[in-house]
Amino acid sequence: MAHSIRKYFPIFALPTMAAFCIGFLWPFLQGVYLSFCEFTTVTDAIFVGFKNYIKVWGDATFLHAFWYTALFTVVSVLAINILAFLVALLLTRGIRGTNLFRTVFFMPNLIGGIVLGYIWQLIFNGVLLHWGRTLTYSTWYGFWGLAILMCWQQVGYMMIIYIAGLQGVPEELKEAARMDGATSRQTLFKVTIPMVMPSITICTFLSVTNSFKLFDQNLSLTAGAPSNMSELLALNIYNTFYGRVGWQGVGQAKAVIFFLLVVVIALLQLRFTRSKEVQQ
Amino acid sequence: MNGTHERKINRVLTVVFSLLCLAYVAPIFLVFLNSLKKNIFISREPFRWLTELNFNGLDNYIYATQKIKFFSSIGNSVIITVLSVILILVCCSMCAWYISRVRDRLSNVMYYLCIFSMVVPFQMVMFSLSKTADSLKLNTPWLIPVIYLGFGAGLAVFMFCGFVKSIPLEIEEAAMIDGCNPLQTFFHVVLPIMKPTYISVAILETMWIWNDYLLPYLVLDLKRYKTIPIVIQYLRGGYGKTDMGGIMACMVLAIIPIILFYLICQKHIIKGVIAGAVKG
Repeated sequence: MAHSIRKYFPIFALPTMAAFCIGFLWPFLQGVYLSFCEFTTVTDAIFVGFKNYIKVWGDATFLHAFWYTALFTVVSVLAINILAFLVALLLTRGIRGTNLFRTVFFMPNLIGGIVLGYIWQLIFNGVLLHWGRTLTYSTWYGFWGLAILMCWQQVGYMMIIYIAGLQGVPEELKEAARMDGATSRQTLFKVTIPMVMPSITICTFLSVTNSFKLFDQNLSLTAGAPSNMSELLALNIYNTFYGRVGWQGVGQAKAVIFFLLVVVIALLQLRFTRSKEVQQ
Repeated sequence: MNGTHERKINRVLTVVFSLLCLAYVAPIFLVFLNSLKKNIFISREPFRWLTELNFNGLDNYIYATQKIKFFSSIGNSVIITVLSVILILVCCSMCAWYISRVRDRLSNVMYYLCIFSMVVPFQMVMFSLSKTADSLKLNTPWLIPVIYLGFGAGLAVFMFCGFVKSIPLEIEEAAMIDGCNPLQTFFHVVLPIMKPTYISVAILETMWIWNDYLLPYLVLDLKRYKTIPIVIQYLRGGYGKTDMGGIMACMVLAIIPIILFYLICQKHIIKGVIAGAVKG
């Protein structure tokens, strides 16, 4: 069978592969190459070795953005997952109105990052008006604003995944634990949580990568103000590319570092939570 | 635990969650409220109810639809999203079937490249991608789907492959023996079985493409074509005095179709999210 399918390669696989090369593979390889070049467009690139990478280390905004992003990721991942798990636990007890609650909590996910950012900018600025300040008054206003926004958007999404996981835990297991005299807290930590570990793996993975790569919400909520101090890495890279003339090479080098960071974090996180999973 | 105690807790939870739900929709309602106000009152007192003084009727909407031509950007967003999703569904499902059935080196390389592409952040490829798209004249809503196919292929191929593996080979072999060529086998046998996966992938890709800001912003010819997120960002990020009323009206017009879509396809959306998470 494989033999006769192979003859149809141009129809089945070629379109996707061609688009994949245009839309991903070629830009990716060119991006790696360009990180070693000085350029303003693709055609005038001159190879300069590691010069761009050295410049990245000297760029204080990048280091600031790195720590800012790392802290933001930790805070938002913890908040999102704890809240989502809690809501999922409470919504699997069979209380009245469960379906409606689920529908409402999931809704913000469908609204795009740009719109979300402006919705919350309106709210935060309205609240801060009482003290005569705006969201761009300090670095940390933007930080907590973004964290609240992300919770509002993502808790519903993760909640859906947790609910699916919780519904997969066999009732007999919990029953057996209860019969053996386990308190409800013990049942939760010794039975339920180990059993939903695969959902936890997925949710932390999704929220880690989402937070780490966050761009739209950051751009619309504060756009990095005050003076680039509330910039996450993705926005910092973007501003290096399109905001500073002659820094395109440095921007590309930052992007390569960013990409490597994402890969390392994703792998570490997967390994850590996978090791906690139990065989069913 | 006795039953009445439990029931009491559940009743309290229903009330608590009802209040939480109200708080959850409040930001969206707030935008709607402010879209009916006069410009200066929006940033000055966003939480104030409508009064005779601040009420602006439908002027903001008239401004948004006539001056900003918001409907043309909705049109662009629809064209891009629909074309891209159809293209991704057709091409990626065919490619995934080819990869799963023809297990040669090229298929393997393609499969792992797809997984790899899912972790690469957009900033890594954005510069080269926008230049490549420019030189290939892919900068119109009609051709940008090619880019989306390339950049979105990773997730789609991965999800389809996961499903194809669960289809028993015998069904396809039977079809082939009965004289179907691979194309007929795919469209008459495989495609109907994969229907749930098509829906899941369609949902995930729609949520992404409809709300995507940076890719169309960098690729599209912005003088002629704008999508919804781009218009909203333009209005706000623009120079000098920003027209808050216009932005509020645009945001409401942007949110309404999403909420309608969500309420109609809610079940599929939630299923799609769960399926995507399990495969991820």
